[in-house]
Amino acid sequence: MELFLQRLIDGLAVGAIYASLALGLVIIYRSSGLINFAQGEMAMFTTYLAWMLVDNGLSVWLATSAAMVFGFVLGVLVERLLIAQFSGPKESPLAIVIVTIGLFLFFNGLAPWIWGTEGKSFPNLFGTGSVDLGGVTIKVQTLGIVGVLLAEVVLFYLMFQHTKLGLSLRAVASNRESSRLVGLRVGSILAVGWGIAAMVGALSGTFVASRIDLTQNLMQVVLIYAFAAATLGGFDSPVGAVVGGIIIGVVEQMAQYVDLFDGFTLLPVFLLILVVLLVRPQGLFGRAEVSRV
Amino acid sequence: MSAASWAVEKRPTLVKVGRWVGWIGIIAVGLYLPQAFPPFRVGQFNTIMAYGLAALGLALLTGFNGQISIGHGAFFGIGAYTTVIIVGDHPEFPWLATTAVGALLAFAVGIVVGLPALRIRGLYLGVVTLALALLFRQALEKYSDLTGGSQGRGVPRGQKFSAPDWTGLANDQWRYYVIFVIVVGCLVLSRNIVKSRMGRAAVAIRDNETAAEVLGVNVARTKVLMFGVSAMLAGIGGSLLVIGSPIPRVSANSFTIVLSITFLVALVVGGATSILGPIIGAAFVVLLPEVVPHEQQVLTPVILGAVLIALMLVAPDGVVGLSRRSASWAWRMLARAADTGPDTGLETGDSSKEQLQLDSRES
Repeated sequence: MELFLQRLIDGLAVGAIYASLALGLVIIYRSSGLINFAQGEMAMFTTYLAWMLVDNGLSVWLATSAAMVFGFVLGVLVERLLIAQFSGPKESPLAIVIVTIGLFLFFNGLAPWIWGTEGKSFPNLFGTGSVDLGGVTIKVQTLGIVGVLLAEVVLFYLMFQHTKLGLSLRAVASNRESSRLVGLRVGSILAVGWGIAAMVGALSGTFVASRIDLTQNLMQVVLIYAFAAATLGGFDSPVGAVVGGIIIGVVEQMAQYVDLFDGFTLLPVFLLILVVLLVRPQGLFGRAEVSRV
Repeated sequence: MSAASWAVEKRPTLVKVGRWVGWIGIIAVGLYLPQAFPPFRVGQFNTIMAYGLAALGLALLTGFNGQISIGHGAFFGIGAYTTVIIVGDHPEFPWLATTAVGALLAFAVGIVVGLPALRIRGLYLGVVTLALALLFRQALEKYSDLTGGSQGRGVPRGQKFSAPDWTGLANDQWRYYVIFVIVVGCLVLSRNIVKSRMGRAAVAIRDNETAAEVLGVNVARTKVLMFGVSAMLAGIGGSLLVIGSPIPRVSANSFTIVLSITFLVALVVGGATSILGPIIGAAFVVLLPEVVPHEQQVLTPVILGAVLIALMLVAPDGVVGLSRRSASWAWRMLARAADTGPDTGLETGDSSKEQLQLDSRES
């Protein structure tokens, strides 16, 4: 039972990381109906930038904040310079998928060219302390990551529901043409959406890097978990991304105890994606979100 | 009657004749290549043809059916591992029979992975196939007893696909010719699929799924089947990669997500809506490392990624699309010279109709 609880809590921690990346995917999907396959690699790239700052003596917190700013700028640039070029009415989302896959390969190759292939270790934002609760050890890091996720969710809620920016993001997601007609600068708003997505991606990148070695492949498996989280929760639902992320995290942690899945953690996740797509393609929370808009 | 107006008038015939001459020329050059190049180069040609089949599979899927796969490296790997494992464990098993087994396995897995297409449209297939590419890598590590994991696995020493005595060919030449025949067979098969009822249904689905369904196309079956065939071609390619290699060996490190994306680059470089384009694109991605300085090899994927993005911006229909466009431009110039005026309805050749780009779908 204690082991079960322990695993559950570990699952929460990794799930919060997946949820964070999935939130980025959902923001882009909601505002533009696209999936950014380079989301993870962009996060990996900004995490390297944060690592460089830490290596030069900056505090982890400052470096992570800087990485988030880098991420925002990177997201805006990618949208403006590349994605926006494919926004004509006759363009297929397929072309943009291929462009984001090109970005995937680009960043994945650029990182070892700049920083080498050797793994780097990235310090932990919340230290290595832990709290003991009746036999279950909770790392301070776990509490920190879950706390950051909760803060993210609250901030997103406030932004989407109570700011002008959030309103315009929702307007563009709902109807791009009408938004343009009422005078919204659709291009800039989409770019901001990509920026925010890359920003939360950068944050999740530093979290992942504090758990495993920072290499060019840091985010590949994590991206799949985030995809699974978004698919399970519904690609257009931020709530779904969070719930989906937590579920995927717990499933991943528990699955390690099944022989078949030991060292093969992607298999249950892959099967889960397939089943969700076949049985309920809109995900757990997808439909409600659609009707809301 | 001037030569120009005669040419314009006879354009359909000329195009047809030109196409036959082109194909015969390509086959003649293909047959001559291993006589003119050293074994090392011939081995490279084998790799190009193997990669070309994977990219051809992508062409059927993406170019002609509007679906996407970021996981063809996995199907390629299924073919490669099938051959290495069967030949390694049962030396008496004929090599080419393992290609058939690999093709069937890849087809079956392709059908399963293509299943979400039954229920949903759009980008989810990208998610599923990307997951598959990484899953395949994990499976190789997990079952390293069978696959050799990152250490890799070869076939027993001294065993390779070698030339029978009666041919009088060197081993590398024999391997090349066998692969060449299979690849030409696959090209013809793909061409026939594209021209068949199923191929037309696939193109209809790509251009407008709803309209195709209304017209009675069985959308789900066509999409899943196209995915299966596409995966099968990649599987054959993977098996041929092993057969064509002087030292047959596979390792988990060669079947990363980068391989899958490399196939996509080959597809876009060559042209997604052509049969021959993927082979041209495969030549590009296989030979690119040759022109990158040795100490900068790590840059190769960066260049591939940049090329992919740049092509999508300026020439999404690839090399073949560019040549089609220049050909139709040349015909227009000729028509103007013949004073029949441009675009007189003589555009009956396939060039204008088939200039279908990835972006021709409504969003």
